Amino acid sequence: MIALRNVTAAIFALALVTAQPATAQDKSIVVASTTSTQDSGLFEYLLPKFKEKSGITVKVVAQGTGQALDTGKRCDADVVFVHARAQEEKFVADGTGVKRFPVMYNDFVIVGPKSDPAGIKGAKDVAKALITVKDKGAPFFSRGDRSGTHSAELALWKTSGVDIEKDKGTWYKSLGQGMGATLNTAAASNGYTLTDRATWINFKNKQDLAIAVEGDRKLFNQYGVMLVNPAKCPSVKKDLGQAFIDYLVSPHGQQDIAGYRIDGQSLFFPNATDAGT
Amino acid sequence: MSGDTSALTLILSGDPGLYRIIGLSLVVSLSAVACAAVIGIPLGALIALTRFRGRDGVIVVLNALMGLPPVVVGLGVYLALSRSGPLGSFGILFTPQAMIIAQTILVTPIIAALTRQTVEDLWLEYRDELAAMDIGPAARIGTLVWDARFSLMTALLAGFGRAAAEVGAIIIVGGNIDGFTRTMTTAIALETSKGDLPLAIGLGIVLIAIVVIINALAWAARRTGERYAG
Repeated sequence: MIALRNVTAAIFALALVTAQPATAQDKSIVVASTTSTQDSGLFEYLLPKFKEKSGITVKVVAQGTGQALDTGKRCDADVVFVHARAQEEKFVADGTGVKRFPVMYNDFVIVGPKSDPAGIKGAKDVAKALITVKDKGAPFFSRGDRSGTHSAELALWKTSGVDIEKDKGTWYKSLGQGMGATLNTAAASNGYTLTDRATWINFKNKQDLAIAVEGDRKLFNQYGVMLVNPAKCPSVKKDLGQAFIDYLVSPHGQQDIAGYRIDGQSLFFPNATDAGT
Repeated sequence: MSGDTSALTLILSGDPGLYRIIGLSLVVSLSAVACAAVIGIPLGALIALTRFRGRDGVIVVLNALMGLPPVVVGLGVYLALSRSGPLGSFGILFTPQAMIIAQTILVTPIIAALTRQTVEDLWLEYRDELAAMDIGPAARIGTLVWDARFSLMTALLAGFGRAAAEVGAIIIVGGNIDGFTRTMTTAIALETSKGDLPLAIGLGIVLIAIVVIINALAWAARRTGERYAG
């Protein structure tokens, strides 16, 4: 049974190797966040700055907002950093989150093929643009994954007076995918989709897509951060998690967020001190 | 890894991020194969050499489990290891350990099923000889597994191929955390979603190259072993 003994020895060796990160994890927290904050590159820029100041390693699990809130609810994250205000307020109201802090905003844009088959380019009213997309039956790709962007899209259809569940035809495709995957699909099949501007700017496979509609106040996209309630989840690293939140809303953290730019464009705008966000 | 670089320049420049990702991929998948071998080889050999009621059913199920969907295994392990799940107190969700557990579950049926087939074929060949030697069942399993060791390497490689290639399970239980649970396959998924398709395909080529190298090493080891074993 030499083979078996070798295998056992190999396992011990590998277990030692894999156990190494566990010792380094003492000063670390898990943050459940959205695909948009990850795909936009914000965390790659921001987390090293925070680590330098605090010595805390932030481990980001990027999911859709719905899934990220669920991860917090299951006590598998210390902090939740998402963008769907109504769902966030419910998260705090039912005691799963301690307190919601507004952090920053950007905006959603509708992107579509440059040839603009629906003829919505430059529209100032996003509701009218969506109705046109529907009436013309132009291909539209929905995230369909209960993410913050998906919630925002559903709210926009509602504002437009379109009952999307009833009115969707073959032109409306629900993907159940993250923002990047949805943009890849829209780019490959010349369709329209709703995306946050940060992911769009950082997205490298634009192909023939361009911004069709932007600037409507209804396209506002607010991000909020919450500590998972230690009273409900004793495993939550309260002090470290709160330190991360304090940094995000501090003047220093807000300045860092504002400093994240690609090609001279800001991707997120800090607004922790604004009331009513 | 920044998007403006190709996978090749990352390798040539010795990008530490990329090497960490490659290292973690190997550690996770090789550990899973090792764990699966410890469980799967004795299990497969045992089924090959024993006769019991419902044995055909067990073999069919074992063979079918070779096709376990990674995403389902990932979800099951996620729910079990979640803080609100039965094994939550270990606190190992979103760690490499959780990824090894998920891949072990995926790989064990492959190694067990292929071992069962290999050992059973060998048993049919040597049955009379072994019966004449009048040794106990445990020694019989040991003898046959030892004799089949070179063929069993194929089972281990099949298991490794499965582990190294899958993304569905480890992205759920590992969380694809930068610098901690990011592997080759989850990095490829991430770069794809960022729309950086050239970097994604470059990483894919690196992954395939690594799998080829591992197989070449295994083949060389087998050749050397066979020569000394006569």
